[in-house]
Amino acid sequence: MEVSPWIAILATGIVAGIPILLAALGEILAERAGVINLGVEGMMLIGAVVGFMVSLQSNSPWVGLIAAVLAGAMMALIHAFLTITLRANQVVSGLALTIFGTGLSGYLGKSFIGVPLTATFKPVPVPGLSQIPAIGPIFFNHDLLVYIAYGLVALLWFFLFRTRSGLELRAVGENPAAADAAGLNVFLIRYACVIAGGMFAGMAGAYLSLAYAPSWLENMTAGRGWIAVALVIFGVWNPTKAFLGSFFFGTIDVLGFHMQTLGIVVSSFFLKMLPYVFTIAVLIVATRETKTRRVAIPEALGVPYVREER
Amino acid sequence: MKGKWRWEKRETSSKTVTILVPIFSCVVGLLFAGIFIWVSGKNPLLVYGLMVEGALGSAYGISETVVKAIPLMLTGLAVSLAFRMQLWNIGAEGQFYMGAFGATWAALTFPDWPAYLLLPTMLMLGFVAGGIWGLLPAIPRAYFKVNETITTLLMNYIAILWVDYFVFGPWKDPKGMNFPLTAPFSEGALLPAFGTSRIHVGLILALLIAAIFYYVLQYTKWGFEIRVSGESPRAAHYAGMNHKRNILLVMLISGGIAGIAGMTEVSAITQRLQHGISPGYGYTAIIIAWLARLHPLAIVFVSFLFGGLLVGGFSIQTSGFPAATVAMLQGAILFFVVGGEIFTQYRLTWGGKGER
Repeated sequence: MEVSPWIAILATGIVAGIPILLAALGEILAERAGVINLGVEGMMLIGAVVGFMVSLQSNSPWVGLIAAVLAGAMMALIHAFLTITLRANQVVSGLALTIFGTGLSGYLGKSFIGVPLTATFKPVPVPGLSQIPAIGPIFFNHDLLVYIAYGLVALLWFFLFRTRSGLELRAVGENPAAADAAGLNVFLIRYACVIAGGMFAGMAGAYLSLAYAPSWLENMTAGRGWIAVALVIFGVWNPTKAFLGSFFFGTIDVLGFHMQTLGIVVSSFFLKMLPYVFTIAVLIVATRETKTRRVAIPEALGVPYVREER
Repeated sequence: MKGKWRWEKRETSSKTVTILVPIFSCVVGLLFAGIFIWVSGKNPLLVYGLMVEGALGSAYGISETVVKAIPLMLTGLAVSLAFRMQLWNIGAEGQFYMGAFGATWAALTFPDWPAYLLLPTMLMLGFVAGGIWGLLPAIPRAYFKVNETITTLLMNYIAILWVDYFVFGPWKDPKGMNFPLTAPFSEGALLPAFGTSRIHVGLILALLIAAIFYYVLQYTKWGFEIRVSGESPRAAHYAGMNHKRNILLVMLISGGIAGIAGMTEVSAITQRLQHGISPGYGYTAIIIAWLARLHPLAIVFVSFLFGGLLVGGFSIQTSGFPAATVAMLQGAILFFVVGGEIFTQYRLTWGGKGER
């Protein structure tokens, strides 16, 4: 069957957007509860390397995925302890997490560079849906994790905006003192959200090493963790908008590669700059938008909650 | 009666604690990273021993430690200035690359110039190129409050790709066996070194900048403005300080100093521009600045420590340890530095009130 190049670009764009989307969903949770975690890049790398190592050992990508999710949670726990219990500066703690994660993943993964992996996630077309022209190949001809990611978007949206727990979570991010007075355990909710965020980031990393690449390479995230943080702002802390954004970012990410096959001659170094330049541009536009429309930024974002000083 | 651990605010900040906490953090950070080394089947004490030996065990090791301390000092000072204003410039890595790029442009364009003309030109272009790279994300930060942490970080990737484009492409040395590097610089483009060592006059430049920073921040009105803007932007606003202008100026200078670090590195050490000229100086700088609590003179001291860490890291690579080991140690140290800070403001006490 002849596949139009545009459909091919959009289909790979969805896949390229999935790791950014998963990481952004986790960051939305953490930031909605009031904690910025700039360690996404580091947590993703740890997820990628642990997922790869465990998949190789167990010969099952699912076991690898679970291990990556747990590893992401462990990393996030460090950030949670530092910022929530010890009230450390959230920006610097997140940076420490990224530096540590980059180092540890490189340290652990050194002997796995270039090792082939057979236990990976492979494309599974959705019966029926994948036959729809255009829509099918773009959205429904991927590996199972892509469909799980779709499901998580819907689930997280429902949780945040349609359940009592979601409301409580957002209250903690907006006004922790009031939430505390209303009997919510601010510390516990923040811990849970930051750790859940780490699980998403771990999964995002595993997606890179078990489905997208699939292999392990030092620093294979190449800034995707940071793009995910930008995507949270672009998506105004809303999972469904983050999904649209990830599709957008993913498409830009693969566009460079496709431009070469389409015969457009630009140095590959400039094509590789595209996602970063684009993210910066989008971030500027999105920030201006949120300013003018005065929407959504969690009020207590980045501020440690100190009970005694009330 | 039920008791509970609680934080009690310190009346005054204790000097001893302020100095002890960072030292303690480094030690515990190394212990923490040691767990991972131990789990991977290596003896952490042996690894650390090898690192100390590599960095301090020979005259060469010590001089290399000083050589590495120079770019760390410059980038550390660069980011600390921005951090003072609560501007999270984590783009020193990219600003370093752009500074190296600017200096290289001058070195390759005017190879016949004498050193007294060429070196100042390279220094200036290094400052300007790095400064522009710092200024670009400062503009949206100043006018639309666009998160500078993300933009400065993303610009690192762009700067590295930009330099790669030149060293893999137009500037590649035809006699370089196809390696990604430019032709060696001419005599006039090389910063002089001390004796036969690789320690170069960049050290004096870095110490000078540290002294200037100390003076400006401590004793001038503008330095006062920067400190107030960092601690309380609202107060700065009501006092009539030009916050936007200060953001632009601070990021320009911050990027420029990191650019100078890039200039000194290509001019004195690599003596040409090449792929991967920085082993992450711009990121290590963040740790140094934070460990030194943003104090310019403390940054000088801490830079030597981290210079030693880098040299030690290189020396264990010959025993088969990945380069990433050093980043792991650095990250672990930073965890304990940020985590330990609370002890400078609070003390942990056992409160017996039976209530939280």
